[in-house]
Amino acid sequence: MNTHSEPGIQARHQHELDQGRFLIQHCSACERHAYFPREVCPHCGHRPLALAAPSGLGRVYSLTTVHRKPEAGGDFNVSLIDLDEGVRLMSRVQGPPDRPLRIGQRVEARVLVSDGRGLLLFDAVEEGAAP
Amino acid sequence: MSPLKDLRGSAAIVGVGTFGCGEAPGFTDMELLARSAHAAVADAGLRMGDIDGLCTASVGSTMWAMPVIEYLGLRPRFIDNTMLGGSSFIAHLLPAMLALQAGQCQAVLVCYGSTQRSGSTGRAEIAQARRWLDPQPYETPYEPPMPVAAYALAAARHMHQYGTTGRDLAEVAVAARAWARLNPEAFMRDPLSIDEVLAARRVADPLGVRDCCLVTDGGGAYVLVRAERARDLPRKPVYVLGNATAVWNRQISSMHDLTVTAASQSGPEAFAMAGLAPRDIDVLALYDAFTINTLLFLEDLGFCPKGEGGRFVQGGAIAPGGRLAVNTNGGGLSCVHPGMYGIFALIEAVRQLRGDAGQRQLARACTALAHGNGGTLSSQSTAILGTAEAL
Repeated sequence: MNTHSEPGIQARHQHELDQGRFLIQHCSACERHAYFPREVCPHCGHRPLALAAPSGLGRVYSLTTVHRKPEAGGDFNVSLIDLDEGVRLMSRVQGPPDRPLRIGQRVEARVLVSDGRGLLLFDAVEEGAAP
Repeated sequence: MSPLKDLRGSAAIVGVGTFGCGEAPGFTDMELLARSAHAAVADAGLRMGDIDGLCTASVGSTMWAMPVIEYLGLRPRFIDNTMLGGSSFIAHLLPAMLALQAGQCQAVLVCYGSTQRSGSTGRAEIAQARRWLDPQPYETPYEPPMPVAAYALAAARHMHQYGTTGRDLAEVAVAARAWARLNPEAFMRDPLSIDEVLAARRVADPLGVRDCCLVTDGGGAYVLVRAERARDLPRKPVYVLGNATAVWNRQISSMHDLTVTAASQSGPEAFAMAGLAPRDIDVLALYDAFTINTLLFLEDLGFCPKGEGGRFVQGGAIAPGGRLAVNTNGGGLSCVHPGMYGIFALIEAVRQLRGDAGQRQLARACTALAHGNGGTLSSQSTAILGTAEAL
């Protein structure tokens, strides 16, 4: 019997998220970042990939407002975010408060932990905001 | 000469069949599939016992080829259960051609059936089951209604990057409806205007309900044999001149550029096999799950430059009487869309090439392109078909 002592990357990534930490991956062979987390680098096939803390800053690549009945929770946002590290992911963006959310909006990551489960969200921030 | 080019025209579609398109209450998926398969085999002038190759796929059943083989009483020597979503039944062409050419089998039946509209298992239940069977843990937490949210994201990006408008998208739906009005088999045949598309209930911006394909029942099937045998069968053979399939991603969040699909690989490869170019094609059947699809595929398949899809379709350009005939059956938007549409796109191309398209028949139809899409812009398969004149 062969028991692996360390869980797979999906569980390790989620465990960090559940602690409020958002991590992506970095490949030491091709020097590129990867997301979603994988056991093998999608760019060059190298393994393992190191978990790495991103700046948390990115930009809205595309977005949609999903229309839902008010009694079911109302309309909500689904966005694709390009992180400054060059990876794309799906998330939900909060704000900006004064105008509609647009493609190109600068955003910053935030981890919402509820019932012990971490969820990656983004907030609209001003252009040039520091991490 | 490349081996793939050697396969050009080596096989022909000799029979097609559909059954239960629209609403078929009281039927099962398998029953619609079986009736379509029976119709296609009869259309080919063959008997079910002549079928020794089987290609199929199902949204719900991962091992679908086995119950289909059992139900039809087949003993196939070639089996392809490849499931790439809606493009599957176009992607089944090339492996079937290779099997026919190798002598592994003599007659391949490709078949599908779905009661997505009337069936007892609702789409919400299937979506729930898929969370376990086909997990996407980095998208599901954000509750995107799939597939529409993915196509909405692609449409929003195309509009941002190229100035495509909601009216351009609406042109696609209006053109599809105008064709559907000429097709007695089409599910929605009421008149439809651009303003009505724009005023329709919003689903996921920028897409409204009239930008989305139908949810219908329906079965479809076709039979493929080697070209030399096709000439001895009763129907006008429709030769497969080229076929290629490409997949770059599953999740919309893993797509590198939301305005460029893997059709930009499958299209040129299929054209290269066929030795043809977009200008040589008389009729197009593009998988229009959403209005944005038609624009993306017109661009990626080379019918207009990247970003020009919106302007290309303006003014009824792909409607009856327009400059390019696209989705003459009414497409997934207005004719039929039982979960996966790919086989119906191919069947419409065959009907046009055989001259069987009734009131919507084109005056000249010697070459056709049928394009399938699967998942959330995830899989793309392009087929180039032609009559004997195109060989």
